[in-house]
Amino acid sequence: MTEAVFVQLLDLICGGVLLTAVLSLWRRELAAIVRLLVAQGILLALLAALLGAREHSTELYVAAAGVLVLKAIVLPAVLRRVLRDSGEAREAEPLVNVTTSLLAAALLTLLAYGISRPLVLLAPSATTRALPVGLAVVLLGFFVLVTRRRALSQVIGFLLLDNGITTTAFLATAGVPLVVELGVSLDVLLVVLVLQVLAARMRLTFGRTDLDELRELRD
Amino acid sequence: MPFEELVRVAAGSDPVAAAVLLVPLLAPMLVAVAAVVVGWRPAVAWSTVAASVAILGSGVVAAVATSDGSELTVGGMLRVDALSAVMLLVIGVVAVVATWSGVGYIDHEIAAEHTDARGAQRYGLLVPLFLTAMVLAVEASNLGVLWAAVEATTIVTAFLVGHRGGRAAVEATWKYVIICSVGIALAYLGTVLVYYASQHTGTGEAGSLDWTVLVAQADQLDPGVMRIAVPLLVLGFGTKVGLVPMHSWLPDAHSQAPAPVSALMSGVLLSVAVYALLRYRVIAVAALDGEFVRNLLLVVGLASVALAASLLLAQRDYKRLLAYSSIEHMGLVIIGVAIGTPLAVAALLLHILGHGLAKAVLFCASGQILASEGTTRIADVRGLLARRPVLAGSFALGLAALLGLPPFSLFVSELALARAAADAGVFWAVAVALVLLLVVFVAIAGHAAGMLFGAAPSGLATAAPTSTRAAAAPLVTGLIALAILGVVAWPLDVLLHAASIIAGTS
Repeated sequence: MTEAVFVQLLDLICGGVLLTAVLSLWRRELAAIVRLLVAQGILLALLAALLGAREHSTELYVAAAGVLVLKAIVLPAVLRRVLRDSGEAREAEPLVNVTTSLLAAALLTLLAYGISRPLVLLAPSATTRALPVGLAVVLLGFFVLVTRRRALSQVIGFLLLDNGITTTAFLATAGVPLVVELGVSLDVLLVVLVLQVLAARMRLTFGRTDLDELRELRD
Repeated sequence: MPFEELVRVAAGSDPVAAAVLLVPLLAPMLVAVAAVVVGWRPAVAWSTVAASVAILGSGVVAAVATSDGSELTVGGMLRVDALSAVMLLVIGVVAVVATWSGVGYIDHEIAAEHTDARGAQRYGLLVPLFLTAMVLAVEASNLGVLWAAVEATTIVTAFLVGHRGGRAAVEATWKYVIICSVGIALAYLGTVLVYYASQHTGTGEAGSLDWTVLVAQADQLDPGVMRIAVPLLVLGFGTKVGLVPMHSWLPDAHSQAPAPVSALMSGVLLSVAVYALLRYRVIAVAALDGEFVRNLLLVVGLASVALAASLLLAQRDYKRLLAYSSIEHMGLVIIGVAIGTPLAVAALLLHILGHGLAKAVLFCASGQILASEGTTRIADVRGLLARRPVLAGSFALGLAALLGLPPFSLFVSELALARAAADAGVFWAVAVALVLLLVVFVAIAGHAAGMLFGAAPSGLATAAPTSTRAAAAPLVTGLIALAILGVVAWPLDVLLHAASIIAGTS
């Protein structure tokens, strides 16, 4: 693979990762957002595979396969189950409307480019120049987390955040050591499973998963 | 790590090190397996206590072996130095009090129909796993593994926080899991950035997340990258410590969890996250200028104490009162981390130990108060000292310890922290903290006076307190240990000194 092809593929994938994150702010149907997460998971696996092809690294191919299974198959399957059980197809009125969300997305992306300058400067290359994309997805995930009101939307925000960190890790360091990677993946999977059970309990106790119901404990 | 690998590694290393490092990891795991197989029984309950004693015992052996500055390692993945040994002691001591008092607690919960056999079994499984995760966090030589272990504590405690069920439990658990997972995810981003910086040091070695390697090359880590990584790490692990601005999960989770779990969360879980920050601070001050790191930590530490002080004043629930007191004490400890001199580190480690013990006693006592009074509202508990003298006495002495009164060890550690601050030229921070502590003192003493004295509410159904002596034993033991620590420094001062050299920088 020539350098030019590598850079083009890399930019394409990273652009796709950012796009899927922004689109999930735009869509309101939760099923559509889960599909966007699947697409983002596939892109992340492709990113790992692309880096693996360049560095002839078996470890990265293994990581790519792991990312594909976890982020494009297992986690979305869990989310779909929550969605099916809850019967709530749409995000309720989010705290911030779509236009403002998209505007915020643009600002957050700019912010990500601003703060990640030192990261790029440390070792300028095609991969590190794409680093701001990872941070932008982290910020977008954070934004979803604080502005959405359905339980499932918060889980999606957490997963976006995690995808952003995974992107950053692959671009910055071609992945963390495999043992850490394994621990992280397991942790994320377990968190989502825990949240799935909690969402079911929430439905049992409150009748729905609107987080506005969570206002009993305060000072 | 696969089991054969573990055995191979264990066989290949120093047998003492293997025993000291593996026993506290494996003993609770065995108990967890037993709980799954046979369910919640007295034997399982007492095995959990035995596992806690094993952790404490390993801590003692580790303390003896490492107080000369040496370390024990197993297979390059696990390492215990004096700092880890202190943390093992803290985990062991708090776990003994908490699990001991958990024996009677769960029986009572079943009798009162707050939980059933399945709930009790889940408790029997998750509590030892919680202990394992915390032990792994302080034994991991790799900061990535440390991260994964801290995150694992969130997962295993999730269903413990919501153990009682009901609306409030679901709410507390949801907030706990979401806020801590997000916070700790930010810490992971920080970890990734540290790894990135370590790949590009002048030494030309491949990057590493091993703490000793990182410390050795810390002054070559890129300051630009570290300036982004360090705030993320402080924010992330700070979430788990319960620091402002990510503290909001703590009062809910601590007040909802079963009393022995609250004791473990407040006494140990928070300090394990402080331990992570202590390790990272050594790297951060070498890579960046010390002022940046110190000011960052001072701001979050003082803000946490201030927030806790203001919310303690109007508190109406005694379990939440204890939770805010944890935020206050962790704020103090973080001020100690900010100062960062060897004296400050020794003082904050002693403070962590004292706070852990005091909180274990207090949360376990509050569980018994809840069981006997049926409410967590401060206003509804009156005249406790006359009706339940041993329980109320333990609660009162625990509070006295928490407020920094002699002879308990928090008096010694707070004085030492103040001295360290004065030596380091940040006396203003301590002056502010002292004013806030005065507010805390007035608030807690005022609330407690009403609970302990005052006229007993008329027409109170005085349920006959069952097995008072058995329930009081862990509390009294904890208080005695706390007083001994405050009076004689002898068993610990060498170890604390060794630990303060590892984590302290002048």
